[in-house]
Amino acid sequence: MPNLTVNGRTHAVAAEPETPLLYVLRDELGLNGAKFGCGLGQCGACTVEVEGRAVLSCLTPVGVLEGRAVTTVEGLGSPEHPGPLQAAFIAENAAQCGYCIAGMVMRAHALLRAVPHPSEAEIRDALRFNLCRCGTHMRILAAVKRAAGASSAVTGALR
Amino acid sequence: MKRRRIAAWLGAAVLLPLAGFGLAAWRPALLPGGPGPAETAPEQVRRGAVLAALGYCASCHTAEGGRPYAGGRGIGTPFGTIYATNITPDPETGLGRWTRAAFTRAMREGVDREGRHLYPAFPYTHYAGLTDADIAALYAFTMTREPVRAEAKANALPFPLSWRPLIAGWKLLFVREPSIPGVTSPADPRRDPEWHRGAYLAEALSHCGACHTPRNRLGAEIRSKAYAGGEADGWWAPPLDRSSPAPLPWSRDDLARYLAEWDPMHGGAAGPMRPVVDAHRTVPADEIRALATYVATLSGPAGSRTGPVDRAVASDEPAPARGAAIYAGACAVCHESGGAAAGGVPYTTSSLGHRTSLRAPDPRNLLLVLRDGVAPREHAPGPIMPAFGATLTRAQMTDLAAYLRARFSPDGPWPDLDATVRALMPDPPPREPPGRTARAGPSP
Repeated sequence: MPNLTVNGRTHAVAAEPETPLLYVLRDELGLNGAKFGCGLGQCGACTVEVEGRAVLSCLTPVGVLEGRAVTTVEGLGSPEHPGPLQAAFIAENAAQCGYCIAGMVMRAHALLRAVPHPSEAEIRDALRFNLCRCGTHMRILAAVKRAAGASSAVTGALR
Repeated sequence: MKRRRIAAWLGAAVLLPLAGFGLAAWRPALLPGGPGPAETAPEQVRRGAVLAALGYCASCHTAEGGRPYAGGRGIGTPFGTIYATNITPDPETGLGRWTRAAFTRAMREGVDREGRHLYPAFPYTHYAGLTDADIAALYAFTMTREPVRAEAKANALPFPLSWRPLIAGWKLLFVREPSIPGVTSPADPRRDPEWHRGAYLAEALSHCGACHTPRNRLGAEIRSKAYAGGEADGWWAPPLDRSSPAPLPWSRDDLARYLAEWDPMHGGAAGPMRPVVDAHRTVPADEIRALATYVATLSGPAGSRTGPVDRAVASDEPAPARGAAIYAGACAVCHESGGAAAGGVPYTTSSLGHRTSLRAPDPRNLLLVLRDGVAPREHAPGPIMPAFGATLTRAQMTDLAAYLRARFSPDGPWPDLDATVRALMPDPPPREPPGRTARAGPSP
């Protein structure tokens, strides 16, 4: 069965290759950061990074990830030691219920890898398919801007 | 003496045609001016708005994220990139000094106010069939948009194509008055007024043939192959005539639904057809129905359509088996939901066997949709189809496309699948910009 590398550690996965990554993360690996929202690629709550690019884990069969590095929100830091982007979300109070936030953080993280100092339009464009039902969009935007405005090391410190 | 006479004749033989061409190519500048008050009456502007939507003016003349009608969008052609101009009424950089006569000449003859020939990426070969009244309404609409100061970008065309008088020669060769039953040619007594309205829209204003008719090597539509399928911005524009490979016939009602939003029997638009369908949101339903009535007759009677295909794919070969696993994990949750019409996921047909793109002669449309997804119109929620360009590698994209073709089409495998995937898919996926990897380390 497929091997899966998440946050730098490789796991032998019991699931069938067509199983969506999201279920493997949550049910097998106990990584509950990525959330199940719609299961149809419409909401972005399940967003993780594959080789530095944002993907929807609910629509990613785990079999396609052999040999490709997956990063989840747990890979950016911990509650005690949040990563810089996570710290920016905390500083801006960007989470209300928090359900969408892991997806927002990962989508923003992938953006900042590709474009270290994005314009507001670029941030909005990158996040446009990540939904937030509480309506904290303005704070999420502020958090991403805060992280992007800090030194470039902020967003680079991740494998 | 004799030699000099020969030289003179030779000179004349060369110079006279040149002079003739010069005369044919030369167009005068027209005096600057603007619309009179009667020319921008509210009723005219309202009619013009509907016509501008049906002419899809904005889909070329508005740049991605740019101000409406301010131009700047690059139109890819086999010859180079042509940038759409600013058609807002800005006096310096737009049409602010264009009289209706200048506007009409541009629409019908492809010549700007200053007398320069315009490249036929601007579909004046179709607009030549527009009525005076409709051009007047389009002028009223155009001249009442918000003026935007935006200099047109220079076209990226190689010499001699960059030399505009050459276009006059192209026009001599290829421009003929469009034949529009009931407008420029006799009405068809077997057809009703709705069909005639649709013919006028399709042939002139909506310029369907600009994409759906194949072009010759000089970029002119091949009239004898009207609607036999063409190209649009790197996409395959399917045939609208009887050579259409659609699994099911396109009825008038199917087309009307498709052109207005989405059709459960055939699916919805993607690529360059998406802005066309989005533009129809502001168009009265009877205009869409007229267009559908005419286009439905292009493909003739249902004939020998095979119907949707959904067949077992041999699973003992590794590539289709890999493709099947990807389909099961990435596609099935929506595309095996039974279809939107039966209460399944929105925008899905009951099976992918309904989709014409899987019957296409090449895999471009499928691969572009897989790579980029189908975005909704601006400010509408959720992607119509999410993008898989970051999810799948080149090899996985190839396996999936081969599986979809084998399962949902009666035609053989696409011969050029590998090469097309290589051309369209960056692989490996772009990593962080150079210089960043050195800083990569454990999470802080």
